[in-house]
Amino acid sequence: MNRIDCLFNTKKNRILSVYCTAGYPCLNSTVTVIKTLSEQGVDMIEIGIPFSDPVADGPVIQQSNTVALKNGMTLALLLEQLKEIRTVTSVPLILMGYLNPILQYGMEALLKQAKACGIDGLIIPDLPLREYEQAYQSLFAQYGIAMIFLITPQTAPERIREIDRLSTGFVYMVTAASTTGRQSSFTTQQTHYFEAIQKMDLRNPVLAGFGIHDHTGFHTVCQYVQGAIVGSGFIKAIATGGDAALQDTIPHFIKSLYS
Amino acid sequence: MKYAIDEQGYYGAFGGAYIPEMLYANIQALKERYKELIREDAFNQELDQLLHDYVGRPSPLYYAARLSTHYNTRIYLKREDLNHTGAHKINNTIGQILLAQKMGKRRIIAETGAGQHGVATATVCALMGLECKVYMGAKDILRQSPNVARMRLLGAEVIPVHSGSETLKDATNEAIRDWISHPETTHYIIGSVVGPDPYPDMVAHFQSVISKEIRVQLQQHTGSPLPTAVIACVGGGSNAAGAFHHFLDEASVQLIAVEAAGKGLDTGYTAATMAQGSPGLIHGSRTYLMQSPDGQITEPYSISAGLDYPGIGPLHAHLYVSKRASYLQATDDEALQAAYRLMRLEGIIPALETAHALAVLEKESFMPDDKVVLCLSGRGDKDLETYIKHKDDEQD
Ligand SMILES: Cc1ncc(COP(=O)(O)O)c(C=O)c1O
Repeated sequence: MNRIDCLFNTKKNRILSVYCTAGYPCLNSTVTVIKTLSEQGVDMIEIGIPFSDPVADGPVIQQSNTVALKNGMTLALLLEQLKEIRTVTSVPLILMGYLNPILQYGMEALLKQAKACGIDGLIIPDLPLREYEQAYQSLFAQYGIAMIFLITPQTAPERIREIDRLSTGFVYMVTAASTTGRQSSFTTQQTHYFEAIQKMDLRNPVLAGFGIHDHTGFHTVCQYVQGAIVGSGFIKAIATGGDAALQDTIPHFIKSLYS
Repeated sequence: MKYAIDEQGYYGAFGGAYIPEMLYANIQALKERYKELIREDAFNQELDQLLHDYVGRPSPLYYAARLSTHYNTRIYLKREDLNHTGAHKINNTIGQILLAQKMGKRRIIAETGAGQHGVATATVCALMGLECKVYMGAKDILRQSPNVARMRLLGAEVIPVHSGSETLKDATNEAIRDWISHPETTHYIIGSVVGPDPYPDMVAHFQSVISKEIRVQLQQHTGSPLPTAVIACVGGGSNAAGAFHHFLDEASVQLIAVEAAGKGLDTGYTAATMAQGSPGLIHGSRTYLMQSPDGQITEPYSISAGLDYPGIGPLHAHLYVSKRASYLQATDDEALQAAYRLMRLEGIIPALETAHALAVLEKESFMPDDKVVLCLSGRGDKDLETYIKHKDDEQD
């Protein structure tokens, strides 16, 4: 069974997934970050493929993408770095990236390499549902890689059902109409939305993401869905000190989320 | 209509809507409302009335006698520079502001390069009493300062964008991020035939008035609605799309689009998307763009802020691969020389963008009784500083 499905079968709540940008803060940080995060007990790791024009991302993740690209990160190099990743971690690993770099690399080539590295799922925020269904769904099934789609407060209920039908692994619930990393505390309108999603009782598990960066946010969304994805907060936490500081900054940040 | 968009929002292999889920509902609502409205008589009457009374349409089709003598052919200039606000951009913003109004939007955002689209958006927002925010690359704010001042006088907030190359591509990213964060209240007026479906088709529709008028006017001038060739500059490609539209199915009409070659095609300082690019995705659309082998979007360069964009509308990608239109290039210097020539021969100061189209007259040869229509997309008020500076440099 796919590691993502295993995780959700054995753990029903307070699942923590952390987003990091490949090649950030230094080119060779990727493996260290993944290793340290899994030593800290995070349940899942989302590895961002840097892109020059990440339109769904706020300033913090944009900046990490810019730095990673300056460091020389590419999708090909990332897959090279991840070759031995299964010797350092057993948590589910997800690649998150915009479609253009993936198309230039080749979708099937990516799935094949990802499979070989032990990657479990993909998030491609600008891949249309229909195109996935027509062009890629069977390939994903063939390689046993999960495809995680996003829903937002603007997504209509019928479309949420459609997204749930096409998603594998889990559904990514974006907490607000916003780019990544924007907000601080949740409004009642948002908690109503979380409640509505909870009541829909989707066939996939649901993780909440965007704007969750501390213990309170994590705790709040866990009342409605299975867990949370933390991105900008983590990137900010590891921004200073380069590679050398990761052994301190990562445990410090993860502990602050849990306690 | 052989080159029309299909039901799925594609021109052949190009187009589509490659957008994050955050924008899906907005794009869908826009597409539905746009398709309904352009079939409604009341909407079209209101649009035509504004184009006539407020924009000053039809814009003249002017037989440029001295320019024609110079090139030994017959050249007609479609005077979009005489529109209110000085460029073709307002044809689109008038259409989109009416649409935004009908959709109950209170807040308008736009990106701008040369500032012409920003000014045209600020203008229609003032006209309709809507809040207006314009994203503009920090580099463009410096080189097109008269337009920044105009936008501010018209009541718009101009927001400098410091990411990437600090030009049009980055301003577009920032506008998209704003829309993601304000999906309910806001309409995003894109300034060219780029972006996710329905924008390329919608902007082309609102710009198609250019070629609709050319047909009628050329008939009056020459007794036939069909020219030998139509020439237009392309950044995203909206004035070209508008100037080509009603000739797309007329196989005898040569369609020539001119991109900015910057300092030269192989210098690394260029915005010539067709010459240097390859298929991929930019701003929600599958089209040609300049990119690294790794799929990162390249930072473009052109002296002209309005052409300084690493992509091109999907219609143009389709016209290019199907060989319906040809895509030529003009460098910064060629554009400047062409602009100076038009000033002296015809008493018209063109926009730097338009100057690229004019530069092609040096390279393409036409027969004496050919009829060449050139879309004079905008006037050069915003570019005076650049023109003066380069003229001084030449004389030193
Ligand atoms: C006068 C003028 N012409 C042309 C352009 C390029 O845009 P498009 O290719 O969409 O016509 C601009 C853009 O700012 C412009 O101001």
